[in-house]
Amino acid sequence: MGAIYRREMHAFFISGVAYVFLTVFFLLSGIFFYNGVITSGTSDTSPMFGSMFMIVLFLIPILTMKLLSEEKKNRTDQGLLTAPVGLWSIVLGKYFAALTLFIIAESIVFVYAIILSYLGSVVWTTLLGNYFAMLFLGAAFIAVGLFISSLTENQMAAAIASMLALFMLYLIDNIAQTVSNEYISKAMLSLSFYTKFIEFTRGVFSLSSVLFFLSTAFLFNFLTVRVLDKRRWG
Amino acid sequence: MIEVRNLTKRYGDKQAVNDISFKVEKGEILGFLGPNGAGKSTTMNMLTGYISSTSGQILINGTDILEDPIKAKSNIGYLPEIPPLYMDMTVDAYLSFMYDLKKCKLPRKAHLKDVCDLCKITAVRGRIIRNLSKGYRQRVGLAQALINNPPVLILDEPTVGLDPNQIIEIRTLIKKLGKSHTVILSSHILPEIQAVCDRIIIINKGVVAADGTADEIARNITNEHKMTLRIEGSTHTAADKQEIVDAIKSIGGIKYVRADMERERGIYDYDVEADEKTDVRRAINDICRQKGWNILMLQLSNLTLEDIFLKITMGDGVEQKKTEASPKIELSVKDGELIASTGEAKEQKAAEADTKTETSASKSETNNKNKKKSGSKKGSEKDNKGGEL
Repeated sequence: MGAIYRREMHAFFISGVAYVFLTVFFLLSGIFFYNGVITSGTSDTSPMFGSMFMIVLFLIPILTMKLLSEEKKNRTDQGLLTAPVGLWSIVLGKYFAALTLFIIAESIVFVYAIILSYLGSVVWTTLLGNYFAMLFLGAAFIAVGLFISSLTENQMAAAIASMLALFMLYLIDNIAQTVSNEYISKAMLSLSFYTKFIEFTRGVFSLSSVLFFLSTAFLFNFLTVRVLDKRRWG
Repeated sequence: MIEVRNLTKRYGDKQAVNDISFKVEKGEILGFLGPNGAGKSTTMNMLTGYISSTSGQILINGTDILEDPIKAKSNIGYLPEIPPLYMDMTVDAYLSFMYDLKKCKLPRKAHLKDVCDLCKITAVRGRIIRNLSKGYRQRVGLAQALINNPPVLILDEPTVGLDPNQIIEIRTLIKKLGKSHTVILSSHILPEIQAVCDRIIIINKGVVAADGTADEIARNITNEHKMTLRIEGSTHTAADKQEIVDAIKSIGGIKYVRADMERERGIYDYDVEADEKTDVRRAINDICRQKGWNILMLQLSNLTLEDIFLKITMGDGVEQKKTEASPKIELSVKDGELIASTGEAKEQKAAEADTKTETSASKSETNNKNKKKSGSKKGSEKDNKGGEL
């Protein structure tokens, strides 16, 4: 797992994906920070985190798009799958590489917090709550993106499909409201990533939501392993 | 070292590999030979655990590849058909990655240096793989397989894309490695297999068509005396064929006669096969003299590995399996011509379908034309195969 993790980190930086991802993330979150916090004259960082849901949604597919699709396309998966490593090591090595980059990006909020501390008082508990909420959200989204990347050889297809999938997860609240059947509507709402995430920005640290994100991450990593395994049996 | 038992791989309806069994001992270099699509790569992919078998068992150093894949894989160095190289890495970084991936315990610096020296890539260690030529990429692929010094090396067409000098170098290297490793290599380059391998397995249509040293296989196939004759009959028409075939057939010891293509105007070639004891050349000559025919050519079939390969792979392996216990011996296609012209192949094939039962060539001749229509599907199937070679 370590070897794959290091290679992916290395690849993120030499392919330029890391720079694009970090630049766009810093730029957009900076705008939200400036507009949502500084110019509004508030020290409440929650609206900023609320807006950042969308950045995460559109940027994570860029991180995950080529993780497995490129391996398949260039037949480098043959090197990985015939090496003495398990499928979980391969998947998790890649998963944690993407997660690491996401954490680096997300940690920019501490810079904002420091800036904010000169202007007013920072509510560190809300900030940390939000920070971890976004981390769990990212962890779940990266697993979804990685899973989609394992399904195709085309990284653009992986990126677009991941964006669509994540966007559908975002829209699930709106769709749920149009469903007349109460049970289905409720079931759909219970899958809402956005609602669970927004709870955190309101200062509620919900353990069930954390578990929801983590189990989603686990589920999709598991599915990715299954996809790789199934390919051998195809 | 490597033991394969009844290995089968099915893709939906397609039987890619069908009940292959063989054993490779330590220090043996085994060559896999077969036309494209014969199942070489599929077999190698199963041996290395990249894909799994539908049924059957693979033991690498006594470890079942499906039961304990990690242990089994740690004994294998694999160079796939397309080397699994990350184009954006330098050679050094890539080899270092493979070193980590294989959890190699040998001293890193010294081991990587050894491998690079062995594959002669020391000069390009700092370069990005994308910028390397195909030959160098192939060598980096080989270097990658050698990392951690695995006792089993599986090389899928290791010399593809190399220039003649490099090919010789790599062959020498493989021979050298063969002394201390078990090597399986696949190729469709026959001289290569002949030069490097102790033993050859010819795979065709997913079954082992022949197994042994080149000499052994050749001996099996050339048990009978076979020859090709060009005889000028008296009328210079197709009617000659019938007469000549019947006449030759009447000679004692003849196993099989078949009229072949029209080589010169009104003159035909004949494939003749006699049993091992009889030399029928004189008898044929006598008959021709009596009847006033002229022998324009007599060629004994001396089989090279190439002939063997063509013989085995151009035949209908599936049909063979059904009718004969040991498929390798019985084929009677005249190969040189087969590649020369696919049209001929079609005709020969149709004729061959009949001569299988060893009926007279005349019957096959009359059927030939009908067969060409009815068997056109079969014929085109054969053509494809000819093309693949």
